[in-house]
Amino acid sequence: MSRIVYVPGDAVAVACGADQVAAALRGHADRLGLDVTIVRNGSRGMHWLEPLVEITTRDGRIGYGPVDVADVDGLVAAGFFDGAPHPLGIGKPGEQPFLAAQQRLTFARCGIVDPASLADYIAHGGGVGLRQARALDADARIATVKASGLRGRGGAGFPTGIKWETVANAVAPRKYVVCNADEGDSGTFADRMIMEGDPFLLIEGMAICGLCIGASHGYLYIRSEYPHAIAAMATAIGAARAAGWLGADFDIEIRVGAGSYVCGEETALLESIEGRRGQVRAKPPLPAHKGLFGMPTAINNVLSLVAIPHIFADGPDVYAGVGHGRSRGTMPIQLAGNIRHGGLYETPFGITLGALVNDIGGGTASGRPVRAVQIGGPLGAYFPPHLFDTPIDYEAFAAVGGLIGHGGITVFDDSVDMARMARFAFEFCAIESCGKCTPCRIGAVRGVETIDKLIAGDQPEAQLALITDLAETMKFGSLCALGGFTPYPVMSALTHFPEDFRPDAARQVAG
Amino acid sequence: MTTGNPSLSLAEVIAPFAGMAGALLPVLHAVQQAFGHIDDAAVVVIAEKLNLSRADVHGVLTFYHDFRRRPAGRTVLKICRAEACQAMGSDALIAHAEARLATPMHSQRADGAISLEPVYCLGLCSAAPSAMLDGQVFARLSPDRLDALLAGAMS
Repeated sequence: MSRIVYVPGDAVAVACGADQVAAALRGHADRLGLDVTIVRNGSRGMHWLEPLVEITTRDGRIGYGPVDVADVDGLVAAGFFDGAPHPLGIGKPGEQPFLAAQQRLTFARCGIVDPASLADYIAHGGGVGLRQARALDADARIATVKASGLRGRGGAGFPTGIKWETVANAVAPRKYVVCNADEGDSGTFADRMIMEGDPFLLIEGMAICGLCIGASHGYLYIRSEYPHAIAAMATAIGAARAAGWLGADFDIEIRVGAGSYVCGEETALLESIEGRRGQVRAKPPLPAHKGLFGMPTAINNVLSLVAIPHIFADGPDVYAGVGHGRSRGTMPIQLAGNIRHGGLYETPFGITLGALVNDIGGGTASGRPVRAVQIGGPLGAYFPPHLFDTPIDYEAFAAVGGLIGHGGITVFDDSVDMARMARFAFEFCAIESCGKCTPCRIGAVRGVETIDKLIAGDQPEAQLALITDLAETMKFGSLCALGGFTPYPVMSALTHFPEDFRPDAARQVAG
Repeated sequence: MTTGNPSLSLAEVIAPFAGMAGALLPVLHAVQQAFGHIDDAAVVVIAEKLNLSRADVHGVLTFYHDFRRRPAGRTVLKICRAEACQAMGSDALIAHAEARLATPMHSQRADGAISLEPVYCLGLCSAAPSAMLDGQVFARLSPDRLDALLAGAMS
């Protein structure tokens, strides 16, 4: 009997030893003379179980995890290749409550298919969206995106259909599709996971975007910190070219970042592709009018583009039919930091923060009480538990002084020093500032100095007033979200955790 | 640090990028991959080949954290300092690494054996703290596990 063994090639699994596990399983299979194919799939998103190894049986796929290379001998001896019971066994992965409760529209194939195989992608329903898009006329394509209610998943939440319509209507000799895969926010990894687990989905989404706006060339800008995603996308693009999916009327070129966080800002990213310092451009002109190499450009986040194939395949009404208020569709939430069940949880908008952190995430990994969560990366606000009834919804978060950003939730236990986190927000802004605008370039440095004085007890009232004023200046005077949103983590920490900013505070908290 | 084929000349490394729009970042990556770093002499050649000023090349080279103007240590350890890793003790891990390696963050040990650098997010935030050692990623790190990895890499 031919068997297929799945050992994720996702970076989280690899970082936890998946390559060694795959090699050990290969050795055992060869030694036993078994007909075994090892597929390096993506991750299903249950990261506490990684490496989550699966084997095909008559009853479907059976999972085991987390499997350390030291577990492999025992696993094989117990009958792994026949799907036999073992203490690491979890049964059918899809029946795990963490997965079964999700509504996976975007991540439906991630962790299931072979990311290197276009045939596997098509066998699991891939390609239908592109075919449907080809059958529509130009107006109907844009109307489909608009009807889905999809809003940019990179953080700003701008309606994707309106952006594409603007580019489609622009008159120019060339237009570009640019995919922003510079996922630099701490606590986020959805872009990385989908590129490593279902790369053809992004290719299909970019190709549909090209059809919608009338572009024949797409750039995929991936951060250098993601070598596995770069490799997975390069392999998939090669396979797509070989199969004629790419190359004729649309092609994709990968560009690799170079460690600059601000290049995740769309205009800095365009500068970087053009071969310059990643300095933010003043807007207007919008990239939709004058973007890459001065041409109309649809620049979208990975998560926006990978939502597109489903919208065309199943119709925009299905996507628009789930969600909350003006936030339609699903959001791939990323549970990170000090959390027991970390990973990727795709769910319609409207679920509360508390349900995600406590019920789905299982609270902290350390077992200590949750004290704060940061949502939306390093520029997102810190939330205390008393705001955990806030639903995941762009407007609801804005109403309580926060932002969803790219959907990353980083959990901290009660050992966290929030003054230190506020200081880090300024410090990070100073390190990553592109230097173009004064509020960000100077404000971040002054912010670090002022928080140091505050913590030291040097005229605390005066420092507090200064930080508040500085935050206002940065928020309203910065060119982009780096300087403009750094006040979110700083001011939310000050508002919700003022006790940590007293000079004697560091001794009060644990750790 | 692994590098590409050292027998290639600078011109040979740059040649495949002729005619590419916005080629400077791909060229800098390729040069660093081939030679380990991008020195002042290379800047002159890159500027000439891409028809840019040396100031343009210098500006880009010094803007991006990835690019090196002098060789790195034989082993490069990058430990993540971003929030999710901080929530799982990356500060203590960094302090441990600095003490164990007798090398402060952002620096290279005098014997050239290792460079210790920060990185801001490897996207492994659900399995923190994480690090990159000579291009390989590692998660769920403890001081003991880091010691074992370093012993393997530096032996």
